[in-house]
Amino acid sequence: MSAVPEVNVRSGVEERDPATVCQEVPNPSTRMTGAQMVIEALKAEGVEVVFGYPGGAVLPLYDALYDSGLRHILTRHEAGAAHAADGYARATGRVGVCIATSGPGATNLVTGIANAYMDSVPVVAFTGQVALPLLGRDSFQEVDITGITLPITKHNFIVKDLQRLPRTIKEAFYIARTGRPGPVLIDIPKDITQTEGYYRYPKEVSLRGYRPIFEGSIEAVEQAAEEIVRARRPVLFIGGGVTISNTWNSIREIVELTGIPVVSSLMGLGNFPGDDPLFLGMVGMHGTYAANMAVSECDLLLGIGVRFDDRVTGKIDEFAPNAKIIHFDIDPAEIGKNVRVDVPVVGDLRWSLSALLECLKDDDFVACDHRRGRGRLDEWQETVTRWKTERPLTYRQSDPDAECSIKPQYVIEEIYRVTDGNAVVVTDVGQHQMWAAQYYTHKRPRSFITSGGLGTMGYGLPAAIGAQVGRPGEVVFLVSGDGSLLMNCQELVTASEQRLPVKIAVFNNMYLGMVRQWQEFFFGKRYSHSCLNGSADYVKLAEALGCNGLRVTKARDVRAGLERAMSLNGPVVIDFRICPEENVLPMVPAGGSLAKMMGCFPEG
Amino acid sequence: MNSETIHTLAVLVENRPGVLARISGLLSRRAFNIESIAAGPTEEPDVTRITLVVRGNEDTLGQVTSQLGKLVDVIKIADMTSGNCVHRELALIKVAAPEERRRSIIDIVEIFRAKIVDVHKEALVIEMSGEETKIDALLDILKDYGIIELARTGRITLGRGPVPAKAST
Repeated sequence: MSAVPEVNVRSGVEERDPATVCQEVPNPSTRMTGAQMVIEALKAEGVEVVFGYPGGAVLPLYDALYDSGLRHILTRHEAGAAHAADGYARATGRVGVCIATSGPGATNLVTGIANAYMDSVPVVAFTGQVALPLLGRDSFQEVDITGITLPITKHNFIVKDLQRLPRTIKEAFYIARTGRPGPVLIDIPKDITQTEGYYRYPKEVSLRGYRPIFEGSIEAVEQAAEEIVRARRPVLFIGGGVTISNTWNSIREIVELTGIPVVSSLMGLGNFPGDDPLFLGMVGMHGTYAANMAVSECDLLLGIGVRFDDRVTGKIDEFAPNAKIIHFDIDPAEIGKNVRVDVPVVGDLRWSLSALLECLKDDDFVACDHRRGRGRLDEWQETVTRWKTERPLTYRQSDPDAECSIKPQYVIEEIYRVTDGNAVVVTDVGQHQMWAAQYYTHKRPRSFITSGGLGTMGYGLPAAIGAQVGRPGEVVFLVSGDGSLLMNCQELVTASEQRLPVKIAVFNNMYLGMVRQWQEFFFGKRYSHSCLNGSADYVKLAEALGCNGLRVTKARDVRAGLERAMSLNGPVVIDFRICPEENVLPMVPAGGSLAKMMGCFPEG
Repeated sequence: MNSETIHTLAVLVENRPGVLARISGLLSRRAFNIESIAAGPTEEPDVTRITLVVRGNEDTLGQVTSQLGKLVDVIKIADMTSGNCVHRELALIKVAAPEERRRSIIDIVEIFRAKIVDVHKEALVIEMSGEETKIDALLDILKDYGIIELARTGRITLGRGPVPAKAST
């Protein structure tokens, strides 16, 4: 939690019941407009940057922003603002903030909010609303955004009383970042931002209906430890919850102590070193052979901060069929939602993993001689290692001089090499996303930023902007496709205007590649509307929008193209002409069993 | 354990605009089967009590409870399924009652300890409160006379004894 600086005069009543802290004696020195209150509250929350787009209903708020000292990044579409706030939040672990006007401004945030909701990203979205007397009358640019975002926010508010505004903002930030994080929207009618009132920012939040769980049942943790001792073929399955709770070190420590092999969901990549011998890769539809087999053959599956999405489990009845399942999660509603769970460990991973480590360091446990490389798991480790070495992720290299047939997997590997594996990799959605997940060896947490749950094409570019703003000193590499990039390509202007050195690799196969792949496999190669033959010129597009543009058409030139991109200041778009009909493999058809993968080399 | 049964939940929520939409929206988008939903004020002015009757197995009930529990406006959820509760529903029934059949309808009303709250030369309005099965039984008999209109509130429930739902564990 970020520090909350004092922003106004102490009235000597701080120690009162939290429920009443807002009803402070007004102090004349803190009289200001609602818009100024928003600015003061943002500063009190430690916000340094907001992403937004002005409009009629937020004019008072933008007027207050003008000389506030807060950094505002003007995106070129509200969708960009929402995704940038999301990317910023994922890259930094802080709350991302976006602002849009009423009506279409607000509805343009919706996809970004849903995206943040699905991946549990802390975002606070402010929307302007028509003035109170106009509300409910289908006024110009009026839309019921709290109604629209009801199912895709952790909570939302419409502020109809200026007195409640500071407290509402305090509550919004608290709800967004605590417990299982998520987006919170605050809708503020224009007259509320224009009216003057007394400002005091509460120190505490007291919501009787919202008490995030931290500690759960220690008996459950002990039971989990006992199961680990008993298991002969255990697997650790890590997800986005590990990122959110910053517990990647605990995961490494658990593996050091136990020697349990690790698989990851898409959202969990980077929380365990991708080059560790015990890391088997991503599990699920495009998971590795070793990871999917390990889950299918294990006798104990420890799901840690995961939600057993259908893209992970495949056919539920055949998911981990021989295993007891232990599920560590902060959200009790995740327990048993998708898979049967034998031992639920509900609680913040910071608590539950520390408690588990204590159990594992206990003498009785150590006596089991369970450690890496010299324990009872030797046989299991040999098995999974054999799967890993016999059926690795692999592809057939193309002729280095052939035109427009660069292997996308090779481009990812080269990006890894030129960035020394230290880039913040951001992706859009589709084939390129899966290749980036598979072929970049993810070693650092918060450094693989991708739309997991919602699968939002157009997420990548604005998210990369947010990530670069949040981590200015680092290399941010966006892996996108010729389909995805165009869904929010207006944000190239934002990147160039802000001089953000984002590197953008467009995996240009002149197809909506993943759609085409499914049509090839499941719809008799009827490529219905997945062909992008009238493809844009991405070099000219980049240049027209103030970025550098490069084109690479041969495999031989991939390395030089990437090195050139790395040497340029400011944003660079690299148009990689990749092999048009390359598929993402292996693949478990939707609803299929994880043990039945298509396209595992060397079987082919 | 996994057979489908009827469960009654008392959900105490913040008395705020839109709170019922939050509850009903969540139930419908998660595809939970709701038999009835009844909302009204409570002994505390800022708390609304919503009584939900849900059909499903234990797993469904667990999901309904934990998903509702995530709503910020939900203060408390109490399972009122056990026998140690009083369940009631109120029904208003408008039944065709020409003079020659009126007496026999009144007899039925008396047997059921219901009340007649409006009399017209062609119809009666009957008020009946009780458990749903009792209301169903009355309706079953009255349907031969011609039910013109029916309004039911859905179940409301209190636990027996002194402990309120908000203090239950």
